[in-house]
Amino acid sequence: MAKLESTFKNMVLSLVIICMVAAGALAGVYLLTLESINAQKIAKQEAAQKAVLNGHEDGTAIETEVDGFGGKFRVMVGLDAEGNVLGYEILEHQETPGLGSHMVHWFKNADKPGQNIIGRKAGNFTVSKDGGDVDAITAATITSRAFLKAVNQAYAEHQGTEANTGASQLQPNQEVESNEQIVNDQMDK
Amino acid sequence: MGNALKTFTNGLLKENPTFVLVLGMCPTLATTTSAINGMSMGLATMFVLVCSNVVISLLKNLIPDKVRIPAFIVVIATFVTMVQLVMQAYLPGIYDVLGLFIPLIVVNCIVLGRAEAFAAKNSVGLSALDGLGMGLGFTCALTILGAIRELLGTGTCFGLSIFPDNYGALIFVLAPGAFIALAYLMVIINKLQNK
Amino acid sequence: MVYFLIFISAIFVNNIVLSQFLGICPFLGVSKKIDTALGMSAAVVFVLTLSTVVTYLLQMLLVAWGLEFLQTILFILIIAALVQMIEIMLKKVSPALYQALGVFLPLITTNCCILGVAILVANGTEKLPMGAEHGMLTGTLFAFATALGFGLALVLFAGIREQLALAKVPKAMQGTPIALLTAGLLAMAFMGFSGVV
Repeated sequence: MAKLESTFKNMVLSLVIICMVAAGALAGVYLLTLESINAQKIAKQEAAQKAVLNGHEDGTAIETEVDGFGGKFRVMVGLDAEGNVLGYEILEHQETPGLGSHMVHWFKNADKPGQNIIGRKAGNFTVSKDGGDVDAITAATITSRAFLKAVNQAYAEHQGTEANTGASQLQPNQEVESNEQIVNDQMDK
Repeated sequence: MGNALKTFTNGLLKENPTFVLVLGMCPTLATTTSAINGMSMGLATMFVLVCSNVVISLLKNLIPDKVRIPAFIVVIATFVTMVQLVMQAYLPGIYDVLGLFIPLIVVNCIVLGRAEAFAAKNSVGLSALDGLGMGLGFTCALTILGAIRELLGTGTCFGLSIFPDNYGALIFVLAPGAFIALAYLMVIINKLQNK
Repeated sequence: MVYFLIFISAIFVNNIVLSQFLGICPFLGVSKKIDTALGMSAAVVFVLTLSTVVTYLLQMLLVAWGLEFLQTILFILIIAALVQMIEIMLKKVSPALYQALGVFLPLITTNCCILGVAILVANGTEKLPMGAEHGMLTGTLFAFATALGFGLALVLFAGIREQLALAKVPKAMQGTPIALLTAGLLAMAFMGFSGVV
């Protein structure tokens, strides 16, 4: 077959057809993957909730967002009724690999009581450099401060909701949503 | 047959996109913080490269010359978005790590370069082989660079611990290490070729 | 104050080339002479700022219509069209400026920092200093500052390479390897800024 001439009609037609086929194909793939993408997001959320509660069914999972070293990061914190940390998971972060990114494990290392926050009461966590009792990640003090702030924020939310609703056991899903709302409101101010 | 073999190995060795042509440097430097990340990026690029080469080779007579570049870009962007959606759906972990660099495959000079220089002039079969060879060459380069940076930086290779984390030179995982590791890798290759 | 910090952050701390790895191709390709480096930088400042504004507005439409999956394909087409338009307009309005920037404009479409920044800003994932909110104004300022950062890195690098051309380099290191090594040292110097903002 001979190559099409570069006439105006041919150029417009070929581009329009290619764009339409491309858009159609993409819409198809999008619809095919949509369900799976949403399922993945929910599964991730649920897995994180399960992990931070650490088997304590009466605990509450709370999501908070803070400014870290490389941008905002989101943490999910599990707290029991008294406000002791059951566990935490980093949901999203852009901290420096090899430095700030150590926060994913650093604060739940049961062998190093200085840096472990699991089982301790939240609310007043401060890095030892600032006179507190939690050892910061080596060479990543800003990330450590931000992380502890996130945990303290989660504790504040936790106390706030309990006082407001008078209920200590909410559905985890509701809890996360309502708290995200509160966090967002606070950020706006 | 000899021609097909030559087309395939061309991208792998003689015209390796990373070490010889020095194309697609952004993903090469940015996503090679570990061997697995480098390999995933390479494979994603390879998929786009093969698909776009095949489609462009099929359409080469239907696209008027003057609008070929925009037409090629649309084809490439379509496949890139497909990779993006599929990765998001089935490999969310890797998608999170590679992030922005998946959509940026669109502007990877290798993909458009091969479309223009090879697929627009050759048969479907050869174009597919060319995409496969170039893609494999790119994947190998990224995997090697990723493995080196991971080993020097954190003491692991493909996630397996080779020596303790504490002895790793963190700089290799950070930005400067990417430039330096790639520079010395090229020096070694130049040295071997000149012998 | 926050706006000032956006500039410091995007130019020095999170330099687009040396710490985010975007726009490496022109960084290595057009950095042999300071003059061409300056021309390229000016073209990038122009196109990056404009394309970020346009794609930001487009993203609002895409979100409203639920068509986010067309983001990549539409953004790259918009950028390509925008570059063409700038080229034609520049030719008519200011031939002098066209003379200076003309040759760099076609190269810009495939400069990944343009598409990269457009996507970052449109998705609200650009790295802003603490206290800054993602939005149209901050996004535009971020794009402008990022382009300035690109320019700074490019001109600095070109300056070093002009000197380097006079130095005796071992044979196996000539060309790309020594350029990459220089870029690595420059990146290391820029790492000194980390933590400033």
